Amino acid sequence: MEPTNIKDPEYFHKVVDCQYACPAHTPVPEYIRLIAEGKYTEAYMINWDSNVFPGVLGRTCDRPCEPACRRGRVEEEPVAICRLKRVAADNKEDVRKYMPQGPFMPNGKSIALIGAGPASLTVARDLAPLGYKLDLYDEQKAGGGFMRSQIPSFRLPETVLNEEVNFILDLGIHTHFNQYVSSLKEILDKNYDAVFVGSGAPRGRDLPDLPGRKEGDANIHIGINWLASVAFEHKHSIGKKVIVLGGGNTAMDCCRTARRLGGEDVKVIVRSPFAEMKASPWEKEDAMHEDIPIIDDHVPKSFVIKDGKLAGMMFEKVHAVYEHGKRKLIATGEPEVFYEADDVLVAIGQENSFPWIERDLGIEFDKWNMPVVDDLTHVSTNKKVFFGGDAAFGPKNVITAVAHGHQAAISIHLQCEGLDIKNDRPSPMVNLQSMKMGIHEWSYDSYVVTDERYIVPQAEKTQTLKDRKKEVELGFNRLQGFKEAQRCLNCDVQTVFTENKCIECDACVDICPTSCITFTTNEEDEMDLREKLKVPAMNTTQDLYVSDLLPTKRVMVKDENVCLHCGLCAERCPTAAWDMKQFYYNVTKATNACGEKVLA
Amino acid sequence: MKKGKGKTIYKTLLCEKNSKLNIQHSKLIDVTYIKPAFRHPQLPTNKLGYTIAYYEGALSTLCAGCGHDSISAGIVQACYELDIEPHKVAKLSGIGCSSKTPTYFLGNSHGFNSVHGRMPSVATGANLANRDLLYLGVSGDGDTASIGMGQFAHVIRRNLNMVYIVMNNGCYGLTKGQDSATADEGSKNKHGDVNLFQSIDLASLAVELGSSFVAQSFSGDKEQLVPLIKAAINHRGFAFINVISPCVTFNNNPGSTKSYEFVREHTALTSKMDYVPEMETIATEYNQGEIKGITMHDGSVLQLNKLHEEWNPLDRLSAITALKKASAKQEILTGLLYIDPDTKELHHVLNSSDTPLNKLKEDVLCPGGERLKELNASLR
Repeated sequence: MEPTNIKDPEYFHKVVDCQYACPAHTPVPEYIRLIAEGKYTEAYMINWDSNVFPGVLGRTCDRPCEPACRRGRVEEEPVAICRLKRVAADNKEDVRKYMPQGPFMPNGKSIALIGAGPASLTVARDLAPLGYKLDLYDEQKAGGGFMRSQIPSFRLPETVLNEEVNFILDLGIHTHFNQYVSSLKEILDKNYDAVFVGSGAPRGRDLPDLPGRKEGDANIHIGINWLASVAFEHKHSIGKKVIVLGGGNTAMDCCRTARRLGGEDVKVIVRSPFAEMKASPWEKEDAMHEDIPIIDDHVPKSFVIKDGKLAGMMFEKVHAVYEHGKRKLIATGEPEVFYEADDVLVAIGQENSFPWIERDLGIEFDKWNMPVVDDLTHVSTNKKVFFGGDAAFGPKNVITAVAHGHQAAISIHLQCEGLDIKNDRPSPMVNLQSMKMGIHEWSYDSYVVTDERYIVPQAEKTQTLKDRKKEVELGFNRLQGFKEAQRCLNCDVQTVFTENKCIECDACVDICPTSCITFTTNEEDEMDLREKLKVPAMNTTQDLYVSDLLPTKRVMVKDENVCLHCGLCAERCPTAAWDMKQFYYNVTKATNACGEKVLA
Repeated sequence: MKKGKGKTIYKTLLCEKNSKLNIQHSKLIDVTYIKPAFRHPQLPTNKLGYTIAYYEGALSTLCAGCGHDSISAGIVQACYELDIEPHKVAKLSGIGCSSKTPTYFLGNSHGFNSVHGRMPSVATGANLANRDLLYLGVSGDGDTASIGMGQFAHVIRRNLNMVYIVMNNGCYGLTKGQDSATADEGSKNKHGDVNLFQSIDLASLAVELGSSFVAQSFSGDKEQLVPLIKAAINHRGFAFINVISPCVTFNNNPGSTKSYEFVREHTALTSKMDYVPEMETIATEYNQGEIKGITMHDGSVLQLNKLHEEWNPLDRLSAITALKKASAKQEILTGLLYIDPDTKELHHVLNSSDTPLNKLKEDVLCPGGERLKELNASLR
């Protein structure tokens, strides 16, 4: 294999599994260390710079970082990254003074943002300090988009959402709430320099062809619409017996909300097997903890109407069969089963809908009626119109919307500056700095604790089920937060090898607790090299760090897979051929033309 | 929250963590001097079901890069690969850097850290009392070639069934690196002083004194060292391995003949050796007289790919000749040097009991009053 090019920032970035997996590439280990030090404000600001909504995400994020966490490959459970973020948000001091302070010198450009969800708000935050006039349109009465209408208050208190939305709105955003945009042409006619569409995926899927759908309409609700009605206090109750259809996180939010609005016998009924439901495992657990059974392998067949009113639903029992990696649900042949219901909530997915975008504006739509959007620059085929969040590539999650927002803001800014939105994009901010303080001393806590993942305490069920707004999770306290933070392996502190200092004494090989390092002759083929390591490196998603040729004609090969970043290799190296260096990688946000960083 | 408070919490927590781990020194927490408990989750196991981690010892406190640590790792690897039950090993040592190492390997075995240069006596006593254990002695150049020279000569003379490894760095590392008896004449130390005295070549000496297994190796070459240790463990009789083990702190400078660089550049091999356990014996091949198989007492085979002219591992004289010729060329001859697979170890010579003495109970050891009377009568 060729020697690894560690000058390519993406190499070490990939070693920081959590950060690499995060769509916004939040520098996770750095803020976790700050939490351990009790520097909650600093930890919050690192998050705020990167993911804009630390308090919201610390409660509701889909956590792509956690399945990626190296700790999960060394022991059972990853670090509770998401809930640690909340520790920073809960314990922060005044953070406003570290945020950009308006009013900002206008640059004469104006931008329209359609929809006030996380994508648009991120664009607003990134562009406001640069002097843009930002017009934010939303049909709701307040900003936040789906974070407000879809995520129930018992998971995300309104105060937390308001605080973080207001951090942005207070930068001087011109809000146009309670204003549904019904024509993009009208907006474009206002001569904005650019338009950002962050209107989400607002249409909930229905089962229009199921028998009884029309007759039972009064008691059949589309999940996301129903959640919004509850959030905006249009709906305050539901029948005692409730069926929730669907297996995603919206279904989990629906059933738990129904329990709080008077639903006593609430069931989730889903087509797929339990293990394959789209909902996050922890959300399923929380639902079941609230006495909500999840009945899997049941396909809805009809709504049953009695005396002109919904009485329940019929289901066909199925089992999953897998052919060529594709799943098929095959009927078991048993008679259909009946479940009683006063109300049914349909939470079987959501989709995009752009009835308000005229099709003669130069914006191309594909065969699924989705706009054609560049996945790097987020520009549509009309170079003044950008898409981000769920509106761009279909329903995802908040953190993805934020990542889109940052990239779209860069594109918009480049375009307004007359630069190329593809080729002139800024490189990430990268730093690599030695952590050596002295003999046996590092400026990071290299000790690897064996603690198992701590469980986030919850409020008593008897209380939370009574009050829709009572937050279920209490969050880690500081002590628990510290202990959980100590589980982080500091994967951003990289093992950096310098060939010409190595005397091949084997000290690093002998000391490495997880047998990551091997000195051996090189191989042309990567798989051959992987197989001959001290412990064969069979996790091919993790890179090999290969050195240049050493005097004995061998190379150093390090399997990054289960490296604990404990620093023992560097500690035992007599010539400092190994060093532990902190790798800081930060996605550059929209910046001024002079290259100044906006949010330092 | 006040900034100071966070610090207090942090410190309290550190103390709590330390007391849990039984660490007295609260500063230790910034130090990497604690080996993490985690191991590679896919570590293979040997026939006994143990991973190599079961053969590890405590974290070494020797200098970073010390050759001795590599030898320790070689011992760990050899015992793991030979499926040795750790409780059937006794590791013994004298005094010195080398003699600290038994703490750093085979943490689940018996150990005896004896008096300077007196490890052979302790090993002899232990072996006579319990012949069922594997005796693994480690010593240094000071411990063997100076203070323990007499003991070394006599343990060879008695052909005690043990492995005797010398971690040879040519200096007294524990007392700031003075030249030892194995430092080569003309070798330069860290301060630029040249050694004026001729050195004792332990490998030649062992061959000369009649050791039944003699090998020489280098700590920086585990590919050679591990099979040698395995062969030594399976040799029934005294097995001696002299391992050049650079002292990174005091004797790894230009001009030293025991530095990593010098040894790498001046090594000559007797042979490339492979240790083949009995279970997987491959028919010994004789390829134009080059590959030679030596069958050990337990049926395992040493496969030798001879690289050195006129050398025959079964012939003591040719071993000496090869060593002297290499030394004249300033070469360090490594690999197996001499072996007598049919040698008779001490218990055989003494015709001692097959059952270890420490397992013989009173009914066997005390023949009773009648027998005593008979014995007394016979002497009248």
